[in-house]
Amino acid sequence: MAFVFILEQVLNGLLVGAYYLLIALGLSLIFSLGGIVNLAHGAFYAVGAYLAVTLAPRIGFAGAFVASPVLVALLGVTVERLLFRRFYRSDPILSLLLTFGLAMIIEQSLRMIFGAAPLPFSIPPALRGQVFVGDFIYPRYRLIIFGVALAAVTATWFLVYRTAFGRVVRAGVQNPDMVGALGISLQPYMTAIAAIGIGLAGLAGVLLAPISGVHPAMGAEILTAAFVVVVIGGLGSFWGVIAAAALVGVVRGLTIYFFPPAGEASMYLLMALVLLVRPRGLLGERIQKFE
Amino acid sequence: MAHYDDLTRRMLLKGAAGATALAGLGMPAIVKAQSDVIRIGHLTPITGFLGPLGEFAQMGVQLAAEEINAAGGVLGRKIELVMEDSVNPQTASAKAERLIERDKVAMIIGEISSASALAIGQVANRTKTVFINTGANSDALRGESCNPFMFHIEAANSMMVRSVGTYLKNENMIKGKKWYSLTADYAFGHDLFKVAKKFVSENGGEFIGEELVPTDATDFSPYLLKIRQARPDVVASNLAGNQITNFIKQYAEYGLQFPITGFGFDTAVAWGAGQGNFSGIWPLIWHHMVDTPSSRKYVEAFTKKYGKPPENQSWGDYNSLKIVAQSFDELKSPDPQKLAEHLRKGAKFDILKNREGYFRPYDNQMVQQMYAVRAKEPGKMANQWDIYEPLGSVPGPNEDLEVLAPPKDGTCKIQA
Repeated sequence: MAFVFILEQVLNGLLVGAYYLLIALGLSLIFSLGGIVNLAHGAFYAVGAYLAVTLAPRIGFAGAFVASPVLVALLGVTVERLLFRRFYRSDPILSLLLTFGLAMIIEQSLRMIFGAAPLPFSIPPALRGQVFVGDFIYPRYRLIIFGVALAAVTATWFLVYRTAFGRVVRAGVQNPDMVGALGISLQPYMTAIAAIGIGLAGLAGVLLAPISGVHPAMGAEILTAAFVVVVIGGLGSFWGVIAAAALVGVVRGLTIYFFPPAGEASMYLLMALVLLVRPRGLLGERIQKFE
Repeated sequence: MAHYDDLTRRMLLKGAAGATALAGLGMPAIVKAQSDVIRIGHLTPITGFLGPLGEFAQMGVQLAAEEINAAGGVLGRKIELVMEDSVNPQTASAKAERLIERDKVAMIIGEISSASALAIGQVANRTKTVFINTGANSDALRGESCNPFMFHIEAANSMMVRSVGTYLKNENMIKGKKWYSLTADYAFGHDLFKVAKKFVSENGGEFIGEELVPTDATDFSPYLLKIRQARPDVVASNLAGNQITNFIKQYAEYGLQFPITGFGFDTAVAWGAGQGNFSGIWPLIWHHMVDTPSSRKYVEAFTKKYGKPPENQSWGDYNSLKIVAQSFDELKSPDPQKLAEHLRKGAKFDILKNREGYFRPYDNQMVQQMYAVRAKEPGKMANQWDIYEPLGSVPGPNEDLEVLAPPKDGTCKIQA
């Protein structure tokens, strides 16, 4: 019987992995392609959730699901144009400070506008319910999150590795001067990357708002986990983030099964282990800029 | 010329950024004022996982100050609040000292975290300044950590447990039942679980699962699977703050049907859960449906000012300031020493309940009625604030109010 319970935790851990993947994907993208360590990623996630809560009563959950990531992406464009752009070639510590400040400003603004108390928001009735496989239980909504996370990953992968757009972006990461010499301006590409990365944070916000408390500090709450996933996966690695998210979900589930007080600590322990054995993360590439 | 314009624009932007940064540097809400006011310190967490409750605390105390000042103030002087975010025990301690030494406050109201309340209580004792704790529940604050200047309008954990426990016994949810509990993994949760477990065991219930949950957990699904596998009769929450919101939402998401209850609770976190998620029986020190004339008046004034009904945290801070104002008037002096003596002598106060409350001299705990509520069916909720129905109050009309208070086990050594 114990084996069945453990198997159930492992499978559930993969679902939870999708949850971590959604919050880590955009962070990884902006870091690997823009070189910006975006500490405001959690804050954009919170903005996505608040937009969902504000928009859903007017245009429905489906409408908010589309509109709020787009609006957050537009916010991302603004932030890239005004701020990120100045820091692509500078010491990473500067962008770290910048985004840290940005996170504080956004969180405090949410608190001033909406108050500190969590705002009520639920799974839309049509998406409620559970799916039973044998005796295993899967909430329908988690399966939807899983599907959306898969779709987001596939689309991002296609864009970065299979299109002309992606080729320019990847070339820009390797050698921006050469790209410039070829007569290509990198700026619109970087704007697009920031829009996609920050838009993904907004998407995570909409999707997770029905199953977690919508309050101003919700972004700070998930930011550390998102970073842990990116670091375990390997900075700059696309597949690494996916592997790491699944691994964190499963390891956390098993830790909670055997020793619950260490539930959250397990992911940090995992990170420490990975960094000890393999400093660049599971599938990380060597990035000269940071060595 | 264009160059010059650009320069001034930049300077302006920099100046604005600098000003914003300065404004954020934790300046007290009101810094200096004339000496013909009575200054009261208010110190409670506004950020962090207790922040949502701290916001209600501030709303409550501000409403009280407004009402007192509109009625002519205290001893002919206006009340002036100096409000600060207590953040954590270290900061709370430093800010409490600053409020007393620099801002010369007459006394301090506030706090929600038991660890921070302990720190403020120590400063209060050393400086002989009254501190009324409005939100920290740990029994230890009323036991080995008690002191003559720390008063508790907030209920102790054991009071929360005994009040909801009375209703759980009525519903046959304890005797012979299997319990599964999730407990916040820090001082408050541990303390609460200890008294809860004692109560449940004494009344014939049994714990088949006792999980500690880190306060930074946002996904509860592995715990929910374990609960489902264990098939308990009752699921009990000893969680805190935003944890409760996340737990309630995901419990509904996984569709678990075991009845929920909890020993620690705040209405704000359930309001934040959303339609169709909230369930179970929960204890409260006060709720906005308590039907007494003063309670109705308070709910009306609060709703008018803030556009939403008050919750239990705003009750504590509102009443504390009212109690202090009334005491100063009766004493004809804002002297902290006299205030402590007055409160410890058993002065009675209208605290928006049927029966008046008083601080008992043994441990400075406010002895008072407690309430329990049951979640409403989603279809019966009139609006987003209407999420539960009152189950009544304890102790009964003919019972001694003190039956709920923590036992006088001699751990508190305040000299009578």
